[in-house]
Amino acid sequence: MSTYARRRIANGVVTCLSIGATAFGLLWLVLVLWTLIENGIAAITPGLFSQMTPPPGSAGGLLNAIFGSVAMTLIATLVGTPTGILAGTFLAEYSRGSRFGEVVRFINDILLSAPSIIVGLFVYEVMVVRMGHFSAWAGAMALAIIVIPVVVRTTEDMLNLVPNALREAAAALGSPKWKVIVMVSYRAAIQGMVTGVMLAVARIAGETAPLLFTALNNQFWSTNLNAPMANLPVVIFQFAMSPYADWQVLAWGGALLITFTVLCLNIGARALASWSTFKQ
Amino acid sequence: MSPPQVAARLAMPLVPSNPGVREPELMPRQKALIRNVNFFYDRFQALKNISLPLHDKRVTAFIGPSGCGKSTLLRILNRMYELYPGQRATGEVLVDGENILAPGLDLNLLRAKIGMVFQKPTPFPMSIYDNIAFGIRLYVRLARSELDDRIEAALRRAALWDEVKDKLRQSGLGLSGGQQQRLCIARAVAVEPEILLLDEPASALDPLSTQRIEELIAELKDDYCIAIVTHNMQQAARSSDYTAFMYLGEVIEFDETERIFTHPAQKQTEDYITGRFG
Repeated sequence: MSTYARRRIANGVVTCLSIGATAFGLLWLVLVLWTLIENGIAAITPGLFSQMTPPPGSAGGLLNAIFGSVAMTLIATLVGTPTGILAGTFLAEYSRGSRFGEVVRFINDILLSAPSIIVGLFVYEVMVVRMGHFSAWAGAMALAIIVIPVVVRTTEDMLNLVPNALREAAAALGSPKWKVIVMVSYRAAIQGMVTGVMLAVARIAGETAPLLFTALNNQFWSTNLNAPMANLPVVIFQFAMSPYADWQVLAWGGALLITFTVLCLNIGARALASWSTFKQ
Repeated sequence: MSPPQVAARLAMPLVPSNPGVREPELMPRQKALIRNVNFFYDRFQALKNISLPLHDKRVTAFIGPSGCGKSTLLRILNRMYELYPGQRATGEVLVDGENILAPGLDLNLLRAKIGMVFQKPTPFPMSIYDNIAFGIRLYVRLARSELDDRIEAALRRAALWDEVKDKLRQSGLGLSGGQQQRLCIARAVAVEPEILLLDEPASALDPLSTQRIEELIAELKDDYCIAIVTHNMQQAARSSDYTAFMYLGEVIEFDETERIFTHPAQKQTEDYITGRFG
């Protein structure tokens, strides 16, 4: 057999394997989505968005849990984003080549891959135990700790993509460094940085483990950040494990809601990223 | 200038008959003096004891093979190397008598006085208008109409106004390569520097855009002291008044461009300009 024929066959085999592997991966995703929609669509009613989590056997919705998730995600993002962007800026713009920068980057990478339950335990230890009770603040802080390394990493990566020539050009006009960063580097990297923040939000929207030890849950409507607060992931966890059929339906509904939200955030992040490449 | 030209020039009246026409100055004024400059990338010495003058309203070209240090020398003149740790220069660069390598000098003010244009066009990711306003706004606060005027003047100076006057609000990234480079020149000129440093400004451009940049250099030299790095020898011959030939971190020969390209004193210079090495 000629070399060329052998290569053609090898090419065909590898192509088939690649397509097969992709299809195998996609199959599970489609099955997950299909199961979610099949079971959850029944729970998507106006009542889901207007009523509180019910006791077993009575009708209800997830309003308190939706509010709690949105509130804690929002606070976590507001705390985590500026911290992450500033730290990422430090790594990309100020600490190039320094040993300290290397150490910070390494620790950030560890934090990035730390299991979220560890983050929950940590906040439980430093906040919940000292305050003496579970609270939405503690939940938001646990989520913020998850946001920070993601935003640090994406900010640094995006700033590193900004060509040095651009920084030099701005400096050559007599621009002080902070102005080079704010006016030129950030502008060149902004879409990527926003994408990073959206991905971080998408990630914390579905986190359960850090909230179990911090915000816990609340069956009633509460806007008190100093008290336990309901949230979708923990409600799903609790309701799905229960023997009550109506709770289980609500859990499916909540799962569908989170998945849909995360999907929208991801699509938004993608759209933003492709818009930026189109613009360039 | 050849002796007959000098004689002819001396025969002319000292006060030009038409004051609107700018007469070339007979004796160029020395704007900057590079004196015994050495440069190090960490331990590697990239420049060895460089000394040469830069004249006002004249173009000085640095030529030489890749890695000879010509860009490095240019980047000393606005201390661009300070952006990177481990790079340092010794010696003196006197600009109007002041040593700009002195410690404690305000680098931002220095760079506002000594503009630079880079090899690859580097428009900022903002509108054409804001690209030019960026440098102006760093040092002066102008009323809107004054700023508009300054921006128009800068774009006219860079021969770009007619092409962009209807799309000043559009992104500078949407221009062609040659237009982007002229935008960068307009941006550098807008802050009214005294010296312009051009680091291979046309090497990433097509021949037509290159020609426009060279025409622009010829116009700009009426007002500025220009230093240009190029590895295109025809470009050096066409657009510069003085040429420094550099090799392995040293200035082999510095003279009037005409002399360098017709009667070089050094064998190495002759070999290089005739294409025998480099």
